[in-house]
Amino acid sequence: MNSLHAINRKARRFEENRIAETADVEALQEKSKKKQGRVYYPLGCTLGFNPGWEVDVSGGTAGLCQPVERDLFDCYLGCAWPAQVPDHVSNNPDWTSKCSTAANDWRNVDVIYP
Amino acid sequence: MSSAVMDMTSTAYRPAEHHAFETSGRDFLYLVPSGAIFGLDGLSKQIFSLLLKEQLPREELVSALVGRGYDRTEIEATLDDMESCDVIFSGAPKEAFPSLPEPDFPLQRIVLNTTNQCNLACGYCYEYSDDKIAQTKDKPKYMSEEVAQAAIDTLIRESAGRPLLHVTFFGGETLLNFNLMRFAVLYARKRAAEVSKDVDFSLTTNATLLTEEIVDFLAENRIGVTVSIDGDKELHDRMRTFHNGKGSYDIIAPKIKMLLARHKTNSIGARVTLSSGVRDVRRIYDHLTKELGFQGVGISPATANPDRLYHIGGQKMDDVFDQFSELAWEYRDYALRGGQHYFTNVSDTIKELHSGISKAYTCGAGLGLLGVSTSGGIAACHRFVDSPVAQMGNVLDEGVDHTARRQFLEDHHVGSRPDCHTCWVRPVCAGGCYHESFINHGQTAASNLNQCDRIRGWIDLCLRIYGQIAVENPAFLERFNEN
Repeated sequence: MNSLHAINRKARRFEENRIAETADVEALQEKSKKKQGRVYYPLGCTLGFNPGWEVDVSGGTAGLCQPVERDLFDCYLGCAWPAQVPDHVSNNPDWTSKCSTAANDWRNVDVIYP
Repeated sequence: MSSAVMDMTSTAYRPAEHHAFETSGRDFLYLVPSGAIFGLDGLSKQIFSLLLKEQLPREELVSALVGRGYDRTEIEATLDDMESCDVIFSGAPKEAFPSLPEPDFPLQRIVLNTTNQCNLACGYCYEYSDDKIAQTKDKPKYMSEEVAQAAIDTLIRESAGRPLLHVTFFGGETLLNFNLMRFAVLYARKRAAEVSKDVDFSLTTNATLLTEEIVDFLAENRIGVTVSIDGDKELHDRMRTFHNGKGSYDIIAPKIKMLLARHKTNSIGARVTLSSGVRDVRRIYDHLTKELGFQGVGISPATANPDRLYHIGGQKMDDVFDQFSELAWEYRDYALRGGQHYFTNVSDTIKELHSGISKAYTCGAGLGLLGVSTSGGIAACHRFVDSPVAQMGNVLDEGVDHTARRQFLEDHHVGSRPDCHTCWVRPVCAGGCYHESFINHGQTAASNLNQCDRIRGWIDLCLRIYGQIAVENPAFLERFNEN
């Protein structure tokens, strides 16, 4: 809110509600002080309880809503939720360091051996 | 707001009900009924001032502001912010009052009138003077242990999931029945522990009976103390006398110093009652803080029917409020320097403004608080015990009369006080003290109209002080953050 300034505690509650209405879901991620931009909501993630990840709206797999590259980076970079890819947040921060463009460098994303 | 009522279905934007104020060169809105305080500048200020002149549909409003050079996206976002925060609205207005509480609203505090007797005969006392409403003739003079037990059991039974309960001791002169008070403290601690709750205590006293033994008990049990005192010897002794007419100042002054020196475990405040001959607010405040050492002074005019000699009439009351204002600005000066000022009329109001309280009721009477008389009679608060009105059962019989309590809450809800419906100060005032109302108007649910202008003036003043502190020394307000 740029020109409307919450002064007392009640006003701050309005402001928090307003931000909650418009902000992206940040799930369990740590907020970075350096990175001011908000994390976007990873579409198809299980946090959203919507189809797209495992099955499509008809219960099949033909209409999955995201290309696999998108799913890969959504789960790996955008979310700490346990998923079927290595997690960037705590265990494998360098997994895609050699893959700057998924469409070209996908071969550099290797299998993780625990 | 009449235009809003007439045009319920309009999709045009309108300003919400509010009180605008300016301080430190900035513009603020106090919103009604939410109690939220927002600062406006730039675009939001432009939008609000346009809507104050005329209601405008969104597209017209946007066009007007684009014409003034603002960016369309920014205008749209600001409009959404303002609508979401109830600063402006379109369509039907939102609810103008907080809703009625749940029927079984849990109790938090009881006030035990340990005795209806007093060793003083203060001229303005609502329990003894011409405005007395309590009928104590056939009632026990002192509360028994049986009644105190039943009252504490009632508090615990009616408190639902509240983790912290409060017991306040009141009189007459509370310490005339110190033994009962000591018993009740120990009993309440034991009962509260059995149900894993905490309990704390406070008392009001005229200080005449304080001894080192009593003060040590108060300190050991962390009991908050309010001392009724009206200033220096000359002022205090005008109204606060013994039955033989002798003033009580010389008796209490050394006892108060002893109390303040020995009791450090809870707050000790002075409560001043102003009357027609005792109105020198500055002199009273300075004496109580500098000479006696109080760190909290609350000052209030006596509750009195206008016919009483001690009633403070119009012009004199204006003078009292002028003196309140002077002390309030002094509070502001202290706050901006990070200092501590002891005028609790200001700090209590600022605490409410800071939280953004939106009251359905003036106070907790009948809601989270009940008063209990020496005979066990339950009333909305201590001021109504043993009176013909606001009665709600007896702790020795079936406890709280929930039907009577419910009726009281319906009758006294701010939504049931039509005189308050268009008043911007209702989130903090909600109509005023039921007892004052009964004394002045003969009914508990009438709004205290004789004080409205002064209350609005006082809250406006405190809002400006609050706004200035919020802008210039916001760290000072952190002390008001606890719930």
